[in-house]
Amino acid sequence: MAESRDQHARERPHGLGLAVAITSIALLCLLVLAPLAIVLVEGFADGVGTFVEAVTDEATVSALVLTLTVVAIVVPFHTVFGIAAAWLLTRQDFRGKALLGTLIDLPFTVSPVVSGLLFVLLFGARGWLGPWLRDHEIRIVYAVPGVVLATLFVTLPFVVRELVPTMEAIGRDEEEAAASLGAGGWQILWRITLPRVRWALFYGCVLCGARAAGEFGAVSVVSGHVRGETNTLPLHVEILWGEYHTAAAFSVATMLAASGLVTLVLRSFLERRVRASKRAASAAADASAAVALGEDTPMKGALS
Amino acid sequence: MSSRVSPWWALSLLLLSVSPLWMGCSGGGDASSSSGSRPREVELLHVSYDPTRELFEAVNERFVARQREQNVNVTVRMSHGGSGRQARAIIDGLEADVTSLALAWDIDALVREGQLLPDDWASRAPEHASEWHSSPWYSTIVFVVRRGNPKGVRDWGDLLRGDVSIVTPNPRTSGGARWTYLAMWGWAHRQEGGSDATAENALRELYRRVPVLDSGARGSSTTFARNGIGDVLLTWENEAHLLLAEHASDGLEIVTPASSILAEPPITVVDRNADRHHVRETADAYVQFMYEDEAQEIAAQHHFRPRDEAVAARHRGELPQLELFTIEEVATSWAAAQERHFGDGGLFDRISERRPSEAAPR
Amino acid sequence: MSAAPVASRPLPTPRLPGFGVSLGITSVVVGALVVLPLIALVVVVARAEPSHVMEVLGSERTLMAYGLSFGASALAAILSAPLGLGIAWTLVRYEVPGRRFFDALVDLPFAMPTAVSGIALTQLWGPSGVFGAALQPLGLEVAFTRAGVVLALIFVSLPFVVRTVQPVIESFPRETEEAAASLGADRVTTFRRVIFPALRPALLAGATLGFARAIGEYGSVVFIAGNVPFRTEIAPLLVLVRLEEYDYAGAAAISTGMLVASGAILVILSQRAKGLRHG
Repeated sequence: MAESRDQHARERPHGLGLAVAITSIALLCLLVLAPLAIVLVEGFADGVGTFVEAVTDEATVSALVLTLTVVAIVVPFHTVFGIAAAWLLTRQDFRGKALLGTLIDLPFTVSPVVSGLLFVLLFGARGWLGPWLRDHEIRIVYAVPGVVLATLFVTLPFVVRELVPTMEAIGRDEEEAAASLGAGGWQILWRITLPRVRWALFYGCVLCGARAAGEFGAVSVVSGHVRGETNTLPLHVEILWGEYHTAAAFSVATMLAASGLVTLVLRSFLERRVRASKRAASAAADASAAVALGEDTPMKGALS
Repeated sequence: MSSRVSPWWALSLLLLSVSPLWMGCSGGGDASSSSGSRPREVELLHVSYDPTRELFEAVNERFVARQREQNVNVTVRMSHGGSGRQARAIIDGLEADVTSLALAWDIDALVREGQLLPDDWASRAPEHASEWHSSPWYSTIVFVVRRGNPKGVRDWGDLLRGDVSIVTPNPRTSGGARWTYLAMWGWAHRQEGGSDATAENALRELYRRVPVLDSGARGSSTTFARNGIGDVLLTWENEAHLLLAEHASDGLEIVTPASSILAEPPITVVDRNADRHHVRETADAYVQFMYEDEAQEIAAQHHFRPRDEAVAARHRGELPQLELFTIEEVATSWAAAQERHFGDGGLFDRISERRPSEAAPR
Repeated sequence: MSAAPVASRPLPTPRLPGFGVSLGITSVVVGALVVLPLIALVVVVARAEPSHVMEVLGSERTLMAYGLSFGASALAAILSAPLGLGIAWTLVRYEVPGRRFFDALVDLPFAMPTAVSGIALTQLWGPSGVFGAALQPLGLEVAFTRAGVVLALIFVSLPFVVRTVQPVIESFPRETEEAAASLGADRVTTFRRVIFPALRPALLAGATLGFARAIGEYGSVVFIAGNVPFRTEIAPLLVLVRLEEYDYAGAAAISTGMLVASGAILVILSQRAKGLRHG
């Protein structure tokens, strides 16, 4: 039971162990820390003035606004979808469940470029729905909706994949007990399920948001690269890089790297919570669900 | 009690979160009337190829100022990328009102694949000089070498020496690279005893020496200048000047060969989009503006060769004279060049199929 | 797990509500975002001339690009496995200064936007970069060669290995090791005979996940790859190239090939996961 990471006694490495530790950490620094460091170094290479100039440039700001808009649409969308899909996959029994799970996982393994291509083939002027969309003055590909759709596709599995294992670990006994006592669907969701998976849900949203902000390949295919309109931050980084504005490219990249770092901090914080909630949930599985239903749990406030 | 909730309720909530998008992004043109003294708002989308970012940034500024005098508030939105990629994006629905691409063939594709403009587009503008093929300025392909030209590259023939490593983009995806390819082909053909066989051989030797085949001109410039790969970069004349300015401390030098190809990058209104957005008038004025003194001067400052004699005379010192041959002279037409050289199974394919077995010099 | 008391549920289990809502939302979203686009892809391939599709798929350039994407991904996964194992082992077992920091760092490739990773790796390993310049006198080039592709893919797949192996090492009972040691086995033997076999399934799963991710990777690779057809052109890039040449069927065909491969990996992984859980 007590296999928490921090309860593990750690030893001071010596001999062969020391060699393993040094080699591993050195390679980790070389492979992963160095790229992060170079982003920060190059971002400020031409001084803080250049950095501020690059970051407050009109094109950068509009790219930032678009990126935040995309995140603001994608994350709530996937929160609702994630809860629905996780409920379906862990709390319902039906035929074709495995297929549905695979379909939800699929975007994770599809190349970003192919993800973008899918939407060009579907909504492009010569695609399936292209002529109809044009007749109705609806622009999807090479406009903001295309960017949003491609991002929605790429981030589809993130929230679901965090919720499903947690909800499986918790089990459905409590919900079933509540249902047999006559509780309604929304009541069960709000009072029983969500309070127990809130960290996993939040964690999934963080991952989903990070990926949405940083998606490059898929968005690059459907964006059209119109300055001030369909350029997201990662695309803007690529453009600046291509225009020889190395320092500016890295300055803007610093913003993205910073969002990545925030994700990491949240991640290490949340990961512990998610584990703890899994353990707590399974330990409390025997507790009566009726109690939880009758009282207003303090967890309710955390979600509203 | 309330457990029976229709799935459509939740679904509509979901769709609602995305709905503002569809409204905000359709249309985009102007339909507002020019009533009273309020300026008319017009938005143009100009989709262009890679090495014109700085040029059109400057030109647009002047055009916007000019239009404001006529009480029209113009916003020109720009999109840049490889010529072929941009053409495909327009065909797939990037609603460009105006497009300027690296070569006529890519605009022909808009006619062929998307029926977006009439097929006589090349002779429409300017009215007085249809032989300019809708290109308000021209350019050519030159060499960029490292400080002091250590490999002593002077002309096309020097590129075929064994020790020279060359950077140029992929002709299948880059417009500039097609001009480069045809320049080499033309040069080899025009040598004494030149024939299809010698020209083919010259091209094979050329591409054998290319370690990095980027998809666009900008990518190649970066590879050459920033990453220090290769002895010679083959690129647009204007791109070469820009590269020198950006990497002033590296001491890169431009070598203008004795002869090269006359490269004409056209600009045209995309009729169907401009009409649908009701911006035709402004789009026409925009294209016409390129032929005027002001734009011609800006183009010359950005190292394009202006059509306007007076402007050209002012900049003669900066743009060295060389013999320019046309694509018609070396390949009849773009359609013929496409079929013979760049299409599936064309000469370029056959040249590059050999690549894996013969290691290129690095 | 002490979760479910064996005192089984009453037989007539009350069916949980919300089937309609959740099925409605899920199937509409999955249908619109995943199934419909996939059908569009299949239709494009099916409508194209079969000879053209075969020609594209069988062309040397496509085969080389597939070869590079799959080969480099496999190599990256193989190299990430021992490295990831070493990192995970160090993080779990040893007292390392700044362990928390390194532990978080492992996830960086996952959290950093791929375009940023791409330009950062290129800047570092390019001929004028810090590492690239250091390697140049040795005649070693990383950027714009296949080595650069493998490097970028190791960067991408490393977190998958570490994060799959780490929990298994954590839950590995010390007593077993101690027992082996008390029986006279030295540390290397203990590792080889006792620990490694226990870690192998997780290591394999992690490497497979990393492999699956690496096959389709685009952003981190294109900047450093050099993109020369037949040598450093990855399959996702070739999809874009075909698209730029107006060859939609070709692009769709190459994409389908990649999709089939990743779908197969996904199925294998879920089968394995089931196998692990049930037996």
